[in-house]
Amino acid sequence: MRDLSLHILDLAQNSVRAEATVVSLSVLAGEDGMLTILIEDDGCGMSEELLARVQSPFSTTRTTRKVGLGIPMMAENCRLAGGDLSIRSTLGKGTCLTATMNTASIDCLPLGDLAGTVTALVSANPDKPDFTLCCRSPKGEMQFDTREIRLALQGVPLNEPEIIAWMLESLQEEIQPIFGGVIL
Amino acid sequence: MKSLAELEAIRQKTLSRINLRKEDESEAVRVVVGMATCGIAAGARPVMLGFMDEISKRGLNHVTVSQTGCIGMCRLEPMVDVYLPGQEKVTYVHVTPEKVSRIVAEHIVNGRPVEEYTIGATEDK
Repeated sequence: MRDLSLHILDLAQNSVRAEATVVSLSVLAGEDGMLTILIEDDGCGMSEELLARVQSPFSTTRTTRKVGLGIPMMAENCRLAGGDLSIRSTLGKGTCLTATMNTASIDCLPLGDLAGTVTALVSANPDKPDFTLCCRSPKGEMQFDTREIRLALQGVPLNEPEIIAWMLESLQEEIQPIFGGVIL
Repeated sequence: MKSLAELEAIRQKTLSRINLRKEDESEAVRVVVGMATCGIAAGARPVMLGFMDEISKRGLNHVTVSQTGCIGMCRLEPMVDVYLPGQEKVTYVHVTPEKVSRIVAEHIVNGRPVEEYTIGATEDK
């Protein structure tokens, strides 16, 4: 993956597949240069047995083939950048993935187009689940919640092209001052 | 979040159109983008957003964009399937945002698949 937003797009789909009703994404940058990414869901969760082997590239819930690279690739990128990746999960309750990295490391991936990631997730999953995004850095904070948008839309689907365009633009506007820098 | 008032204006605009579309389900066109790990790594997200953008610009209200997982041909990603009513599915491979506007104009609007971008053209080489 070229950037962190692509990892988030990839791993958030595990939450979608786990039949979550809400998927919460957080990107938090501390004063000390450590970046924390959280992907939390209230989906089906994992058994202890699956949780123990889920970071192996030769572990997948797919039945069509034997490799699953999403989690191990992000874990590798976190560890290269002086951070780590851990997953907590309770069967029937949900899963929380925590990825950390040191942005001062030369190997730390750029954040990338986070607005594009959230927009792609919403447009591909307009009915369920709901997505939330929280971004925080010393420069500021923003919150995004599709439940609020759904309420305002009163039955108009979230993936109407004009609504998707509005979402992309407003997310870009709000995320840029918090993380700044290069988007693509 | 950005002004929800703006959203209300967009909602009003889309309402009449949604009712119109309900009557015409048979005209629906589907665009399906492969968005598993392999597709995302190869660049599926800008392709998907490119389709959304082009559809929005042209006002193609009968087109829906959705996603699918990995179908096992990771080396050909990003892959896009286009379903036109009454026609066979067309699979495009190695799609880039630059190819999107041509696929929308020639295939979705005018009904002629862009042969050179399809899986058939790539696999014959």
